[in-house]
Parts: sequence; structure tokens; C-alpha cells
Amino acid sequence: MKSNMVKKVYNWLDERYDLTPLIEFARHKKVPVHEHTIWYYMGGVTLFLFLIQIFTGILLSMYYQPGPDSSYESLRFLLTKVRFGWLIRSIHSWSANLMIFFAFVHMFSTFFTRAYKKPRELTWVTGFILLSLSMAFGFSGYLLPWNELAFFATKVGTEIVGAVPVVGPIIMKVLRGGSDVTGATIYRFYAIHITLLPALFMLVLALHLVFVQKHGMSEPEHLANLPESRKKYIPFFPNFLLRDLILWLIVFDILVFLAVYYPWELGLKADPFAPAPAGIRPEWYFMFMFQTLKLLPGHILFIEGEVLGILIFMVGGLLWMLVPFWALKGRPDQRIQPMEFIGVVVLIYIGVMTILGYAL
Amino acid sequence: MKIGYTSIFAGLFLGMGVLLAQPQDDEKTSYLQQLVEVDQCVACHIEEEALPEGLHENDIHLREGLSCAGCHGGDPTSDDMDIAMDPARGYIGIPDKQEVPSFCGKCHSDIRFMRRFRPQVETDQEVQYYTSRHGRLLKAGDTKVAVCTDCHTSHAVFPASDPRSSVYPTNVPETCKRCHSDSDYMAEYKIPTDQYEKFAESVHGVALLKKKDVGSPACNDCHGNHGALPPGVTSIGQVCGNCHINNLQYFQKTKMAEEFKKMDLHDCIECHGYHAVPPTNDEMVGVGEQSTCIDCHDEGDEGYKAAVEIRAMLRNLTTAIDSANTLKKQIQIIGMDDLDIEYLLKDAHQQLIHARTVIHTFDPKQVEEKTKTGLDRAKEAIQLALEEIEEYHRRRKGFLFATLFTTLLIIGLFIKLRQIESEQKEDAHRREP
Repeated sequence: MKSNMVKKVYNWLDERYDLTPLIEFARHKKVPVHEHTIWYYMGGVTLFLFLIQIFTGILLSMYYQPGPDSSYESLRFLLTKVRFGWLIRSIHSWSANLMIFFAFVHMFSTFFTRAYKKPRELTWVTGFILLSLSMAFGFSGYLLPWNELAFFATKVGTEIVGAVPVVGPIIMKVLRGGSDVTGATIYRFYAIHITLLPALFMLVLALHLVFVQKHGMSEPEHLANLPESRKKYIPFFPNFLLRDLILWLIVFDILVFLAVYYPWELGLKADPFAPAPAGIRPEWYFMFMFQTLKLLPGHILFIEGEVLGILIFMVGGLLWMLVPFWALKGRPDQRIQPMEFIGVVVLIYIGVMTILGYAL
Repeated sequence: MKIGYTSIFAGLFLGMGVLLAQPQDDEKTSYLQQLVEVDQCVACHIEEEALPEGLHENDIHLREGLSCAGCHGGDPTSDDMDIAMDPARGYIGIPDKQEVPSFCGKCHSDIRFMRRFRPQVETDQEVQYYTSRHGRLLKAGDTKVAVCTDCHTSHAVFPASDPRSSVYPTNVPETCKRCHSDSDYMAEYKIPTDQYEKFAESVHGVALLKKKDVGSPACNDCHGNHGALPPGVTSIGQVCGNCHINNLQYFQKTKMAEEFKKMDLHDCIECHGYHAVPPTNDEMVGVGEQSTCIDCHDEGDEGYKAAVEIRAMLRNLTTAIDSANTLKKQIQIIGMDDLDIEYLLKDAHQQLIHARTVIHTFDPKQVEEKTKTGLDRAKEAIQLALEEIEEYHRRRKGFLFATLFTTLLIIGLFIKLRQIESEQKEDAHRREP
């Protein structure tokens, strides 16, 4: 009787919305199996962590009250008086970091497997935008607890934005809601964090997912050239999805472990009149840029070192986003492909600068 | 000729600037300008560039419309100097120093005249002045002493509540210093001239002069204003007691207070000093190097024992509060509940403040009442803090139970996957020809 009911509902919907082609598409969707299949899961994990962010973010917003006199206090109330409030907040913070980590892994795996090539150029571009939006989520969310470190890190972060030639000072003022980081900054960071960024993110994410479904999984070149009979596939439903689910659960376990054993600290309440405490540093994903700007000399030729650094990162970011449109083609006999070389250099640079940032 | 938008805006800006700037200039000269119209003294003295030295355009007398003649007499309506400054028309000119108190007193001692400005105004300054050291010496013919104008100035007089006034609390020490720190000027009076230096370094001086805390006493708060005298032996406790009322009341009920009287000792200042009052600390009690108790008490006597006991009580309480504070900070950082700990600590700290006041009874039992309550609160805070830290670690154990569920789910899904895949294989195998 139950299945009869389901069938009836399905038929009702199918009649109106023509679901059959979608079901057929899902039924025939398959995933190539090869030595790089593992990287296919990275995007899914990132998506899973984003869903956790939405869920925990909604729960947090029920208690969080933005404002210089209420941000820290409401969070302290959540952490100390609300049952499992501490766990939700810790998961939100950890999940944010893991999400960006997996987004980086997903991006570099796509880069090294050259999955950005035609026809997937826009999948790469939307993916890059998603990573940038994730970093903006991180930056705006970092200030919200209104603790000492967040306050000064935001001060430094927005100052860097302010150093961008021409538009920098205006952007800085708009971001801060004035000439300094104040209560006004919390209100707008909160608004950006819970309305503007999620709306943009959802839109770009929808495009990204539609593009992925449209083109299917990218196959590595050597596999794509093989005859169909020698290729191995598994069905997306249920094989790949079940594997996905298992991995998501493992990641969830790791996430809860981190949240419980290394709970995100609340810190001390921000005091705008106090001197900056030692150890002000941005989140790890901004560290390579921050460290570069720190190491640059005051002046390079006729331009300020910091300004030049920012310009280089802006141009670098743009070039990275547009990789599919200028990717260099190496000869097949070349031992090291030019794009692989660029990727490795970028990866080493980010790694070294991040390590230096924490070591120095 | 075409006029561009830029020119229009520039013109508007300039116009606005001029308009905005105008009232400020008006305000600056308004009182004098107003007087020029009706007062020939002002008109002439401006013309001759002979306005009194230090004249301030916001001087309270000017602001209230009191012209030169209001104090110096004469006829301000005449532009003829001989008529305007004719003694027959009441012209006094610059009064002799000995005449200054009565010169100012003409108005300031007349309540019927003064209450039109402020109904609750005091008019006994002149009477008080002549009871002061300054006034008595002036009467005796000493014109070196301070008169009204020395402290209040002649032509830059402001209400004492105005920070520009020479008698505003934070300016009083500087005003008194002008004479009292001048060793040559003060030589014949044979009194010390280091009061300002000592005061500036004292707890009161630092609060008043550096922190600009006008609640802290200036010279006049202890010595009086117009009736300035050094506090006598009998009144010195009362002087300090004006602010430190509980300390005085506790002290007055002690045996020590009686003994002090007999020995001609000066209450509070015997331990705390006077101009150079240092910030108090717990080390002042007890028998350590900074102790003031051992100035009089010797090992074995009752006072010595009390000092040792009281010091130990204070030390126990402050140590417990410090420990609880350290734990509280740790709890705050790890994001555990520190609100109740904070309340307990506030209470403990309040008891410590009480205990430090009750010290002035020199009775260990009374001090113990306060320190014991404080100690109980601090210990409760420590206990609560330790429980919070334990709870922080207990959460980790909870993780093991929670993860058991997800691990089982993972295993279940894995088995299901294997099952599906082996069925798929069998199916494919069957289909193969």
C-alpha cells in the first residue's frame, strides 16, 4: 500500500514536472574508476562541510546578538549556559576550516588532473569563486566573537585591503563602517556573513553543480583515450553515493573529534583601547599572503612593498581563476609538463610561506 | 560667460565657510564688544591698548555684564578721562593689597546683591578669609600673603567648577605652589616649601594631577578655602575622615586613638603621612620592612601580635583571590562558564576591601569576620572553577559514546556497499554469455 502511495505521488509529480528524464539521468550516471578516483570525493566532502556550516550557522544565529556589547556576551552565554552550545560553535569553527582545506585540496587535485580543460572551464571558474567566497566567509566570521585576536586581526586585515591602490581606502571604509574597526564593523560583517555571502555562494554553487552534472566526471587523459571496453566505471547510484556517505561520516567523526578535543576558544573580550596583544595573525588560509606582505621590503623601486605585494596577489588570483583559458601545453614527451611545474611551484610557495608565518 | 558647476559648488562652499566662521569670531569678542557701546572705560582702554594684563574675554564678571566701573568705580558714561576717573564719582582705581578683600567683598559679602546670580551662593568668604593665616597676617600689615586676586586672578576669574579657573580642583595645587613652593618668598615664614613635590607624588596627587580625578583632594580640601589654616592636632583625623569616614569611625573607637591623644600624636598621619601620602598596601600592616606597626610596637607586645595575625589573614585572602582569578581567566579562555565565579570573586574582593577598612580597629577578630567570609567566597570560586575544568575534560569522554554510533553506521554502510557490489558482480557474471 505504501509503495502504491509513493508511486501515486511520483506519477502526480512526473505528469507535471517530467521527472523521468532526471531519474534516468541519475540511474545512468557513472563514475570512472582509476588511480585518481579518490580526488572525485573532495568536492563532495567540501559540499558536506558547507551543509554543516548552514545547519550550525542557523543554530548559532538563534543565540548570537551582534554588537560591541553583546557579541562576546551572547557567545559566552551560548558556550556556558546553552546545552551543547559549545559543541555547535566549535563544530562551526572547525567545519569552516576543514571546508576551506578540502576546497583547496579539491582545487589543486582538479588543477593537477587538468580537469579544468574544455569543456569544464566555467566549472573551474565557479569553483575558484566558491573558494574565494569561502575565504570571505572565514574573514567575516572571524570578527564575530569580538574577542581580542579577532578584533586586531580584522584591523590588520582591513588595513591590508585599504592598501589596495585607488579603491582600497573606500573599500576599507565600507567594510569597517567607518575609519576604524568598531561596533559598526560587527553589524556589517554579520550581515555580510549571514545574508550576502550565503546568497552569492548558493547561486555560484548551483551553477557549479549544474556544470558538473552537465559534463560528468572528468577522466584523466590517459583513460579518456582508452577504448570504452577497457574503461572501468561504477554507477553513481548507489555505489559512488554510498562511498561518499561513508567518507562524509568519517569526516564528520574527525570534525566532532576536533571540536571536542580542541574546542575553539572564546578568548578575551576585545578592548579597542588596549594595545595589540602578541601573536596577531590571520587564519591559516590567509597566512601565505600575510607572510609575503610582511617579508616584502618597505619600498620596491618606486612603489610601496605592501602595495606591490597586493597587486601581485590580485593579478596572480585572476590568472589562477583564468587558468583554463591560458594553460600552457607541453609536448607529450616532456618529463615535466609546464602546468604541473607551475602548480608545484604555487603549492610549495603557499606551503613554505604558511610554515614561515607560524614559525617566525 | 559660462559658469561651471564646479565654480557654483566652490562658491557655495566658500559662502558656507564664511557663514560658519562668522559666529565664532562674534562669540570671541562679544562681551567686550557689547561693553564698548556703553562703557567708555573699555572703549578707551582698547583704543590705548591698555587693557589689564591677563584679561580673559570670558571672565565671569565681564560675562555677567559687570564693567570696569563695577569694581573700580568712576563714571563709565563719560569719554573724558578726568570725569570718568574722578574720585568724586566713586573712582577707586587699583586697590591697595590690604584693601582687596573688602574691595571684592563689596559685592561678594552682600547676599542681597549676590543671590540674583545664584540663590544658594555663599557670601562668607571675606569673614572666613580674615580667620585664615593669610587674612590674619594681612590684617597685621603683611602684604606678601595671598588675597582674593592672588588665587582667583584679577581679570580671568571663572567659577571654581570651570576647568579654566585657577581654583578648579586640578589647578589648585599649581595656584598654591606659586607662593608656597618659592623658598625665597616663603623664607621669613619658616615653613617647608616641598609640599607640592610631596603631594604630586602622593596617592592623592597622582589621582588629581595625573589621572585628573577631581574626586581626589586638592590643597583646599584639607586646609580649607578662604579660611585656610593648617589642620590642628585635634582636627586632622576629621579632615581625613571627610572622605575616609569608615576608617575614622573604626579608629576613633580604639584604645589606640585614646593613647594617641595622650601622646599628642596626629591620628591618621602617623601611619599614612600627610602631603606625601603613599598608596596603601597590605605590607603596611604586619611586621615586615614596610610595616608601620613596628614603628611603635615591639616583638612580644599585644599590638605586634595583632599585626602579625591581621597580616596573615589579609595574605590568605589575597592569595586565594589571586588563585581564583587565575583559574577564572583560564576558564574564560577555554570558553567555560565563569559568570558565577565572577560573582563570587566580586563578593570576595568586597570582603577584602571591608577587611582593609576594619584594620583600623586593630582587632584581629573583627578583621577575621571579613576575611573569613571573603576566603569562603574565594574557595567556592576555586571549587567552581575546578569543576568547570573537569567538565571541560569530561566532554571528551562523551565523544567516545557519540562516535560509537557513527562508527557503527559507517560499518553498516560499508557492509551494504559490499553486498550491493557483489550482487552487481554476480548479475554481470550471469549476463555474460
